[in-house]
Amino acid sequence: MTPPLDTTSSGVGLQVRGLRKSFGGQAVLQGVDLEVRPGEIFVIMGPSGSGKSVLLKHLIGLESPDAGEILINGEPVHAAALAAKYRMALVFQSGALLNSLTVGENVGLYLTEHRLKSPEAIRQIVAEKLEAVGLAEAADKMPGELSGGMKKRAALARALVIEPQLILYDEPTSELDPLSSIVIAEEILELKHRIRVTSLIVSHDRDLAFGVADRIAFIHEGRILIVGTPDEVKRFQNPLVQRFLHADFRRAP
Amino acid sequence: MFQNIGEIALLFWRTLCALPFAWRQRQKVYDQFFEIGNASLLMVCVLSFFIGAVIALQTGPVLVERSLSSAVGGIVGISIAKELAPVMMAILIAGRIGSAMAAEIGSMRVYQEIDALRTMNIDPIHYLVLPRMLAIAIALPLLVVFAILVGWFGGAVIAEANSRIGVPFQAFFSGLRDIVEVKDVANGLFKSFCFALIIGSVSCHQGLATLGGPRGIGRSVTKAVVNSIVLIVIFDYILTRFLLK
Repeated sequence: MTPPLDTTSSGVGLQVRGLRKSFGGQAVLQGVDLEVRPGEIFVIMGPSGSGKSVLLKHLIGLESPDAGEILINGEPVHAAALAAKYRMALVFQSGALLNSLTVGENVGLYLTEHRLKSPEAIRQIVAEKLEAVGLAEAADKMPGELSGGMKKRAALARALVIEPQLILYDEPTSELDPLSSIVIAEEILELKHRIRVTSLIVSHDRDLAFGVADRIAFIHEGRILIVGTPDEVKRFQNPLVQRFLHADFRRAP
Repeated sequence: MFQNIGEIALLFWRTLCALPFAWRQRQKVYDQFFEIGNASLLMVCVLSFFIGAVIALQTGPVLVERSLSSAVGGIVGISIAKELAPVMMAILIAGRIGSAMAAEIGSMRVYQEIDALRTMNIDPIHYLVLPRMLAIAIALPLLVVFAILVGWFGGAVIAEANSRIGVPFQAFFSGLRDIVEVKDVANGLFKSFCFALIIGSVSCHQGLATLGGPRGIGRSVTKAVVNSIVLIVIFDYILTRFLLK
């Protein structure tokens, strides 16, 4: 286990070219092309089952594509080498905290396992990051004692400890109350300004997407329909996109 | 099961390659070692006492009838040291610890904890498999030492207490010393070391290969235990044949 080679703190640029992936004969990604610029907040929106999470797993090296390639800073990187070469973090939808460790141990896991700091320094960093996400009191709790939203915030703290060059969020505001969603959105923006991290967010949350995104991509059935600024996406005259953006539940009179 | 043999062998090889990182994982090795010992020692003692007792009960009267009472200790001693203690304890540990390993790693796989480790560039083999494999490889032979001693004691107690056998305690151990050599005990311990590697590899592989939700975890646990036991029995024959030379 060696820490990633590149230790600069600025975000990386990401290019995806012709990415294809099938599971059991079912095509999930059908030639995805997109470019994420260094330091920008890029949101991928789309209906459930459109391939967003699978795309995210490819970007962090948890899946290998059937065809196509992923380039980081212009260089093609093999899926298995991604995490070893760049500091990347994925904030899982479920949090994916290790249930056998306390919240504090989870947050400091990256530093502990890669032996990057002394135990005292790790404790201090963990306390800072937990405080940043409003979980200062939770360091000694077990993940099972946390609510869904608290788990997600702890997962964000774990990602922050890595000081990533690319941070990926899988539905960061799902299961969160509106106030906690704002905390997460503010933290995403804060990270962009503080360490110029590149952020890629997969979300259904229109408020979050249009609130934080520099650019938005809309994915449907494994294909990107549009990539543009929030205003460009709002103006994009595609029935599916418009229905998705303006869908609202109204109780029948 | 056999379609996975290649994957299990590969996992074993990758774990061997991770051995230089063992010192870093010493705390986890100790935790797992404690878990295995603490959970199993009492059960090992009870099981091996009664195994020794049953072997004495089965062989004792037959040998005494043929005026071979001096051989009772030796027969009980050698069968426990070379065969019954290593195999029975391995089966016990496969059920008790192999199932726990498969369930724990399987649940981590299902709930994306292993994916989370990978995204942090933490190799699950270093973090999860290596400590478990080392702990079981140390713990099982130690448990077998206990099993052999308690098994001999159980055989001796029954040999003296049962009226159809009636071999005194001292005569039992004197007969045992005449037949059982240190080499026989070492054979049993070597076998148990090999069985530990089988249980560790099969169970960790099964955990890492878990798919689906709770049902997938259940399936992995069952497969880990059954496959471990089948491989233990097959390798028992192979090792016995090899060690007879």
